[in-house]
Amino acid sequence: MSATAASRDVPGIYHKAGSLRAERRWAMWTAYASLIFAAIIFLAPPFYMLLTSFKTNAEIADHSLNPWLIRSPTFEHYAAILGNPIFIRFFINSVIVTGCVVVLTMVISVLAAFALARMRFWGSQVLATGVFLTYLVPDTLLFIPLYQIVGGLGLLNSVWGLVLVYPTLTVPFCTWIMIGYFASIPKELDEAALIDGANWMQMLMKIFVPVAMPGIIAATIFAFTVSWAAFVYPTAFVTTAEEMPLTIGVVSQLVRGDTFAWGQIMAGALMAALPPVIIYAFLMDYYIAGLTAGATKG
Amino acid sequence: MAQVSLRKIIKAYEGGVQAVKGIDLEIADHEFVVLVGPSGCGKSTTLRMIAGLEEITGGDIAIGGTVVNDIPPRDRDIAMVFQNYALYPHMSVYDNMAFGLTLRKFPKAEIDKRVKEAARILDIAPLLDRKPKALSGGQRQRVAMGRAIVRDPKVFLFDEPLSNLDAKLRVQMRTEIKKVHQTVKTTTIYVTHDQVEAMTLADRVVVMNHGVIEQVGPPQELYHNPATRFVAGFIGSPAMNFIPARLEEASGALRLTLAGGATLDVPEARTARYRAHAGKSVLFGIRPEHLTDDKPTDKTNPAPITLTPEVIEPMGMETLAHFKLDGAEISARLDPATPAAVGQPLRLIAHMDQMHIIDPTNDKVL
Repeated sequence: MSATAASRDVPGIYHKAGSLRAERRWAMWTAYASLIFAAIIFLAPPFYMLLTSFKTNAEIADHSLNPWLIRSPTFEHYAAILGNPIFIRFFINSVIVTGCVVVLTMVISVLAAFALARMRFWGSQVLATGVFLTYLVPDTLLFIPLYQIVGGLGLLNSVWGLVLVYPTLTVPFCTWIMIGYFASIPKELDEAALIDGANWMQMLMKIFVPVAMPGIIAATIFAFTVSWAAFVYPTAFVTTAEEMPLTIGVVSQLVRGDTFAWGQIMAGALMAALPPVIIYAFLMDYYIAGLTAGATKG
Repeated sequence: MAQVSLRKIIKAYEGGVQAVKGIDLEIADHEFVVLVGPSGCGKSTTLRMIAGLEEITGGDIAIGGTVVNDIPPRDRDIAMVFQNYALYPHMSVYDNMAFGLTLRKFPKAEIDKRVKEAARILDIAPLLDRKPKALSGGQRQRVAMGRAIVRDPKVFLFDEPLSNLDAKLRVQMRTEIKKVHQTVKTTTIYVTHDQVEAMTLADRVVVMNHGVIEQVGPPQELYHNPATRFVAGFIGSPAMNFIPARLEEASGALRLTLAGGATLDVPEARTARYRAHAGKSVLFGIRPEHLTDDKPTDKTNPAPITLTPEVIEPMGMETLAHFKLDGAEISARLDPATPAAVGQPLRLIAHMDQMHIIDPTNDKVL
């Protein structure tokens, strides 16, 4: 009480802040300005790709024209890509690899995270940290030893080789997200389940998985994005066109020596980017909820 | 239905900290026992060991005659209600209550019968389709109790179930819990830090402190005949007054000389009990309700004492007055009609037939 009274006696202390409305307006302006700036930076390249994909080859090559305008729009690049069976093959390969990797990743991460977050055993803390540390090793470093392993297993030049190595990118981070999510579930919930008669597996499947669904969706999206967009591993491990996923297929087939089929590359890249965009659009709320779990009390 | 026996139960954590230091307790079939004590006294740890959620460092726990030390919680046939309800957030009220029975592969019709019966007892039938987040705190606690009731276990365990509720709801739910116990009669062990909850609910109260049991007994016995200074101070609200005094003998009678010079005569009936301590420093314990204003009373052995109030708290049905006597805080319960005023000396009556004398060397009540 006396402290409050004392500070009240200090002249000017309650007048510095200014009006709440002016402060709020200033905050809004700053927020809008920085968001618009960020949006421009991030959206300009895909927008430029979209424009280029609708231009004819002659228009793309003509440097005298304004690059942000299309004079004679055409769908020829999209038609060429969709009419090319190898592009469809790339797409199917990407779907196979990504589908398998997502399932594999989620099974491993959920089981690992549950064990690390809930079953107190000797060394579980160290293991949890170790899992996260493996995520810090870049794939550009890992692909050399992995090449030996994949080659030794006879899986070079095969989508199954990619299914085997992609989880090295996805499992650590997904496990880490899931550990965080599981840790935010109150301990009493598993104790209640234990007393109700559940074993560990039932507790996981009937309580943890449904309750942690936002976290699982977030981890799934992450695994999907990483494996759909992976570039280094397929570049290193796959050289046969029939086994390539979209990411390297588009580049390897549409760049011949120093000849770049820009229109088709742009059309192909945009179509390749479509599935993640669609998934994000529908599951964005889950993704955010999953990543910020435990930040506030639910 | 079953009796629960704790024999020499010890719980030690890594680093040698002992949360529970070898307690013995026999709980009879159908009995409602409340473990009460300040935080850190080991009451929740004891309950969790009975549930099987904490391992036992030493001793034996038996439920219904079977030692359950190494039996996992699911096979102990117990049900537990948690402080934060611990309802499964993704399941409806019905599924929450049915979960334990479903896991035990009960027939659907039996599950349905039990859930509906429990919902009727707890008055939550209209809520069966709702998710926990759509319920109020009191409703959630009822569902948590329902989840325990449908299992028809040998023992109910309650871990501070009312602590998350507001004061009014707490009183209401307290009555509900008592009603439910009177209906289903399952052996119940209930942990709380609230001595009022303990007194109102229990058949027997177990007062714990620093990992040991201070005293076990029916609420009235603990109130009237506390065994230790801790129990005397913990049970009852406001707490018992402890006033430093000297026990003196003069011509066969005993009297207490308080700090400040006031003297109070010890009733004849107590003389034999206290004589051995004559001439020693003791603590005089008297409850605020036995230190009242000076008016004609049917109580025996009134002893007058004059004190000056420092704070007066009118409560409506009574008035609490607080005094200080040689460093000891003293409170008294006064008739609201008494014209008490801060700073005005007030003549009070100590009802000496309700007095206690505590040996300050071992904190035992004599």
